[in-house]
Amino acid sequence: MEGFVINALLLVFLAIIAIAALRRRRLFGMVMLSGAFSLVAATLFVVLDAVDVAFTEAAVGAGISTVLALATLSLVPAEEKPHSISIGAAILALATGLLLFAAVSDLPEFGAPDAPVHVYLAPDFIEGSRTDIGVPNVVTSVLASYRGFDTFGETLVVFTAAIGVLLILGGWTRPQKAKSKNSEDDHAG
Amino acid sequence: MQDDPVIRVIAKVLIPAMMLFALYVQFHGDYGPGGGFQAGVIFAAAFILNATVFGANRGRHVWPERLNLLAICLGVLLYGGTGVASMLLGENFLDYDVLGSDPIAGQHLGILLVEFGVGLTVAAVMVSLFFTFSGRLSHIRLMNRVEAHEDAARKGDTDE
Repeated sequence: MEGFVINALLLVFLAIIAIAALRRRRLFGMVMLSGAFSLVAATLFVVLDAVDVAFTEAAVGAGISTVLALATLSLVPAEEKPHSISIGAAILALATGLLLFAAVSDLPEFGAPDAPVHVYLAPDFIEGSRTDIGVPNVVTSVLASYRGFDTFGETLVVFTAAIGVLLILGGWTRPQKAKSKNSEDDHAG
Repeated sequence: MQDDPVIRVIAKVLIPAMMLFALYVQFHGDYGPGGGFQAGVIFAAAFILNATVFGANRGRHVWPERLNLLAICLGVLLYGGTGVASMLLGENFLDYDVLGSDPIAGQHLGILLVEFGVGLTVAAVMVSLFFTFSGRLSHIRLMNRVEAHEDAARKGDTDE
């Protein structure tokens, strides 16, 4: 019962923040509300016992993304352009939402021990984390050892994204064009 | 923000605490929640706080761009290098059993190295993303000024 009340409160809070963010015109308020949304989502993950995910959501979603969005805000106008709701997109979104709701009824009950995800590989990982790896935090042993390839791929994605941003926005091409005349002398000297 | 003594003092108190907490999250990830990714983000947040409170120039001074690129690449290399090291010692790529005297010690060492690689790359990437986005503004201002200057010079040429 207690858990139900907390979950319901947090979910209602999430919905309120999402609607408030949608109705806002000023981008600054939108960024702040999306940070608040992430923070409430992180709390929800803590309630679901996914502490590592909650940690990531709080640090990345509420922290760094908000800061990056604020840094971007200094480059764009303060207000969103007014736009009307497209009926086709609204129907598509509603239909997708209804489909997802229909699919929820097919999911196994939350925390059910006989759910497919809990009977296939998870017991091996939980057991092996203690005997083979000796790391108490199963999330770490899955991320870094059992799923080492995936984490390597994720690190490479972060790496590639940064290289892309630095190449496009880092300004490594423009200044050469702008000062091609005087820079030649500098290099010669 | 640089003139407000309250923000300055609070930032000065917070920044070392944030870095220490990031290191705790990094190296305590085996036992509690956390790991390289979260630690990298928190570590980067300390530098970003420094840059927002004390100005981008001072922020760049404590985190030079060349070091930044080096850190981004070193993190990935450390992760891949750990995998290659386990391969050279006769196991599969990223199978850390052979890195230590016994499999459990090997796993501990491997996870430590790999998580450190992730943390290094993520921290450097986050800081460089922030500096790139915030540096964009001064870059655009500079370009506008250059263009205005060129326009004025061109106008002067045609007028004469």
